Amino acid sequence: MARISASVYTSHVPAVGAAIDLGKTAEPYWQPVFGGYDFSKQWLKEQKPDVIFLVYNDHANAFSLDLIPTFAIGTAAEFAVADEGWGPRPVPKVIGHPKLAGHIAQSVIQDDFDLTIVNKMDIDHGLTVPLSLMCGQPQAWPCPVIPFAVNVVQYPAPSGRRCYMLGKAIRKAILSYDEPLNVQIWGTGGMSHQLQGPRAGLINKEFDTSFLDRLIADPEGLSKMPHIDYVREAGSEGIELVMWLIARGAMDDVNGAGKPPTVRHRFYHVPASNTAVGHLILENN
Amino acid sequence: MSLDKPYKDVPGTTIFDADMSRQGYHLNQFCMSLMKAENRARFKADERAYLDEWPMTEDQKLAVLARDLNRCIALGGNIYFLAKIGATDGKSFQQMAGSMTGMSEDEYRNMMVSGGRTIEGNRYTGEKK
Repeated sequence: MARISASVYTSHVPAVGAAIDLGKTAEPYWQPVFGGYDFSKQWLKEQKPDVIFLVYNDHANAFSLDLIPTFAIGTAAEFAVADEGWGPRPVPKVIGHPKLAGHIAQSVIQDDFDLTIVNKMDIDHGLTVPLSLMCGQPQAWPCPVIPFAVNVVQYPAPSGRRCYMLGKAIRKAILSYDEPLNVQIWGTGGMSHQLQGPRAGLINKEFDTSFLDRLIADPEGLSKMPHIDYVREAGSEGIELVMWLIARGAMDDVNGAGKPPTVRHRFYHVPASNTAVGHLILENN
Repeated sequence: MSLDKPYKDVPGTTIFDADMSRQGYHLNQFCMSLMKAENRARFKADERAYLDEWPMTEDQKLAVLARDLNRCIALGGNIYFLAKIGATDGKSFQQMAGSMTGMSEDEYRNMMVSGGRTIEGNRYTGEKK
C-alpha cells in the first residue's frame, strides 16, 4: 500500500527560479531566501520519496483562456518545461507517474471531485520553482512528480473548503494504491502578494503568520475562510494559498488517523521580488 | 439576480472574473501568442501590424502599445497574460508590477525590501490611511 509520509508547502515566485538559473543565490538580496531551504534540501535527500504529488497553479502557460480547468491532474509520462516568454527555464523535464496519477483520478472522480485529466501539458514556474528550491540544480529531479494544477487565474478559484476536502479524497486514493510507495504531497503558491494595479506590492505579515499557525493547528477552521478574506488581506494573488489546503487535507491527523503532524521546518521571509515567501514541512506521525 | 462581487471595494485591485475575462479574451490570447520566440520577434519588428492581426478593440491595442498595464487590466487583461508582453520587453515581474503603482523602479524595489506595501489603510476603498 502507498502512503503519504509528509507534506511540503512553499511559495513559487518566478524570480526565485531566475535567481537560481542565473547563479545569484549567494547575493545579499537572495541569500536569506535560499538559506531558508538549506534544511529542506537535506531533509528531502534523506526522505527519498518515490513520488511527489505537486499542487500548483499554471500561470497562463499550459492553459490559455481557451480552457480553464478548476482541477487538472497530469497523467502523462513526462512534462516539458514551458517557455513563459523569457525562454524555458534550464531545468530537467518532469517525469510523471501515469499509473498512480490515473489511479488517483479514477478514485477522486468517484469521490465527487470532477478532475480534468491531462495527458499533454507543459509545466511552468509554479511547479519547477518548488522543485528547484527543494532539490537545487540536479541533472534530473529525484523522483517522478504528478502535476496537479488548480485554477487561480480566473476568479473564482475553488474555495478553501473544497480544496481541503479534495486533499482528503486524494489521500484516500493514494492509500488504496497497491504498490508500497512513499508519497509526498506539496502545496505551493502564496504567500501574501499582489502583482497588479496601484495596490501591487502588498504584503501582510500578520495574515501570513496567522495562516501558517492555523494551517498547522487549525486547518479545519482555516478551510472555511472565504475568498474575499484572501483577496483583501493577502492580495489578489495571495488567493493561491487555497492550494496549501489540498496538501494539508491529505495529512493523517485530519482524517482521523494519527496525531498532529510534526513541524520539521518553518520559514518566512519578505521579500522575494513582489512576494512574501513562506515554507513549511509537516511529517505524518 | 446579479452575482455577488464582494471584491469591488478592494482598493487598487481588479479581480479577473468572468466579466473581465470575456472583455479581455482577445487581448489575453494575443499575449499568449508571445510565448513563441518567432511571434515575439514578429511583434517586436512591427507591433501595430502584429496587433492588427487580433480582433482586439482599438483601446486595447493602444494600451498595449503604450505599455499601460493598468489600462490593459481595466480593459480585461490579466496580469499573468500581460506578463508575456513584459517578458518580450525583457522586463522582470517586479518591474511590471511596479509600473502600475505610480512609483519609480527604485522606490518600488525599496518598498519591497522594507517589507512591502502595508495592509493598513489598503483594505477598503475610501478607508482613511
